[in-house]
Amino acid sequence: MSGLSLQDISMRFDLPNGGSVQALENVSLDLKPGELMSVLGPSGCGKTTLLNILAGFLAQTSGRLELNDHEITGPDAERGMVFQKGALFEWMSVRDNVGFGPSMKGMPKNDKTEIVNHLLDVVGLQEFKEKAVYELSGGMQQRVALARCLANDPDVILMDEPLGALDALTREKMQSLVLKLWKETGKTIILITHSVEEALLLGERLIVMAPRPGRIHKEYRLPFAELGVGADLREVKKHPDFAVKRDEILNMIWDMEEEIMGRTEEAS
Amino acid sequence: MTGLFVLAIYLGIFIAAYFIVTKVVQRATMKDYTSLKTVTFGDESAVRPNRWAGIISILTLFLIWGMFTGSSLLPKFLHAPGAYVGTLEFTYTAEADGERDDGTVTVVVFPRETETAAPDVEPGDGFAKNDSSAIAQWRTGLVRVDKNDEITKKDGAKVVAINGQAILPGETVQIENGAVTLSDKGTPNVAPYRGWQMEPLYLPPPEQVWSRTLTVLSDGFRSFTLFEHLGYSLFRVVAGFLLGALVGIPLGYAMGLSNWFRGWFDPIVEFMRPVPPLALIPLVIIWFGIGETGKIILLFLAALWIMAIAARSGVSGVNISKVHAAYSLGASKWQIMRHVIMPNSLPEIFTGARVAMGVCWGTVVAAELVAAEQGAGMMIMVASRFQNTDIVILGIILIGVIGFGIDMLMRWAERLLVPWKGKG
Ligand SMILES: Nc1ncnc2c1ncn2[C@@H]1O[C@H](COP(=O)(O)OP(=O)(O)OP(=O)(O)O)[C@@H](O)[C@H]1O
Ligand SMILES: [Mg+2]
Repeated sequence: MSGLSLQDISMRFDLPNGGSVQALENVSLDLKPGELMSVLGPSGCGKTTLLNILAGFLAQTSGRLELNDHEITGPDAERGMVFQKGALFEWMSVRDNVGFGPSMKGMPKNDKTEIVNHLLDVVGLQEFKEKAVYELSGGMQQRVALARCLANDPDVILMDEPLGALDALTREKMQSLVLKLWKETGKTIILITHSVEEALLLGERLIVMAPRPGRIHKEYRLPFAELGVGADLREVKKHPDFAVKRDEILNMIWDMEEEIMGRTEEAS
Repeated sequence: MTGLFVLAIYLGIFIAAYFIVTKVVQRATMKDYTSLKTVTFGDESAVRPNRWAGIISILTLFLIWGMFTGSSLLPKFLHAPGAYVGTLEFTYTAEADGERDDGTVTVVVFPRETETAAPDVEPGDGFAKNDSSAIAQWRTGLVRVDKNDEITKKDGAKVVAINGQAILPGETVQIENGAVTLSDKGTPNVAPYRGWQMEPLYLPPPEQVWSRTLTVLSDGFRSFTLFEHLGYSLFRVVAGFLLGALVGIPLGYAMGLSNWFRGWFDPIVEFMRPVPPLALIPLVIIWFGIGETGKIILLFLAALWIMAIAARSGVSGVNISKVHAAYSLGASKWQIMRHVIMPNSLPEIFTGARVAMGVCWGTVVAAELVAAEQGAGMMIMVASRFQNTDIVILGIILIGVIGFGIDMLMRWAERLLVPWKGKG
């Protein structure tokens, strides 16, 4: 079966003081190629841990993880990663950052230049290609990060709060860009966010995770991503279902947070 | 005492210049962005070195130097009072067998350069005869007043008064342009007025240092030219530093990348780090002698730990998401080393290199002070042995200037090579 498949993924961190944290417990999930999934959940519910396992930076303590019928054992160019910030190489120009993956593969210079130029056009940074990345604004830097990831043509793109550090307006533009890229490239994308609206907009599928132990609490299938491609996202937000779903999920997460607070209060 | 006086003058110039420059000169000129900030006190970014203050600061140092050495570069009225030169006279009263008699003592105080003999004087009458003596400027001298007297100290004569003022051994009587102290054995000790100026032996005036600079430039010092001395020191620093960096940086990388290397070398590095290189000089001399090998090995050791630690912290300073990103982009371990870890650690390494160069420069001078045939440190050491204070000062100035130059050069290279420093 092609696509991404998670079977009973569990992750336990052993702490130095002898205790342990069950960051994930029996997470199972199947993602078809080209699916866009957003992940929501209260802080500490294991979202980053899950993404790190998918990227191959962490090895799960149990369970099985497959992409296109082969097991995932470590980081690989087939799974690209977009971080919240600080992952660009500030000693390289914008162009060299975007061309990093192709360079590592030893791609011929002409092919590489073509890819880089194309992607710089797509993210609208053609004029800035000679600039150093630290000369760009936060939003531009995230566009570079997206382009860098796409230049490598991965099967799956993993994003950990990619827009979390941006202001509201830039964020909205970037959301449109993510949708556009998703549609144009047909990549499988998993996107972690703290914003319920963003999760609704950027997820054909949306999973809400619950903490202690980290697990999938509820899953939704949503129409908004499809509607949002090439459209004004503010219009999509006016969709009658949007507010309903948003309030439902907000309450769900709110309850989880309350429970966590209650538990820590009891414990102390 | 003189020190307090110098400090007072220094503070005076500091405060006066502050008011003159900030209230009068700059009022009209400051018009950039910073001048629009209303909160500057506590805003470090608004604090920039005042260029006027820098210039005046240096001029003040030279001014004070000139004032207290009687420099010919300054008009006379600015000089601090100098040590007395001329002729002193005082009378002493000797007492023997209940009788008293006066004698006059004439003391010639001569400038250090022109040795002068004691003048001839009339012996005068009475049993206490007149005496004379010659003392160099800044010096004091015992005058054996009883030597030519009819009744000497051995026969029981005692000095009981100076200029008519009664005096006991250990006491002092002020005379015009000086003071006379009776020594424990009863001999007058003449101390001409010393003034506020420094003796050239301790601190020569600036022009003397300058003229000495010119002679050293043309004649060299101890069979090497000035540039050879400095060149040797610089060569040792550069050779030692390069060797240290060549070994230290890979060592630091290895320590930052491998458990085994970290475990193996951590104790050594942590142990060697607090040992000042100066403490190694004796051992290095015992092992390698005073030649070039020993010096370069010493500097190698001085630079090695600093560079290793800098490279190690450069590796551990890599934001882990950069490494993760590179792996996800398909980079191999070697490519991560080459394209992520090395450039990312360059700023740290440059900082380390600046520290190491500074330490090496200080260490080489110290090592040359201990033993060397040529070099900046050797120059000031030998000069001080021969009381050539002007060469000592020249050496200190050159050492400071070169050390500063090295640091500026490193900063310039840093700006050029790692423009992304601090921008991560
Ligand atoms: N290296 C680690 N060692 C020990 N515990 C860890 C480690 N990494 C994560 N954890 C724990 O695992 C749990 C999940 O952490 P994770 O970072 O995945 O949460 P998250 O959902 O991404 O949170 P946030 O929304 O704040 O980013 C937390 O309780 C955290 O303390
Ligand atoms: Mg997280």
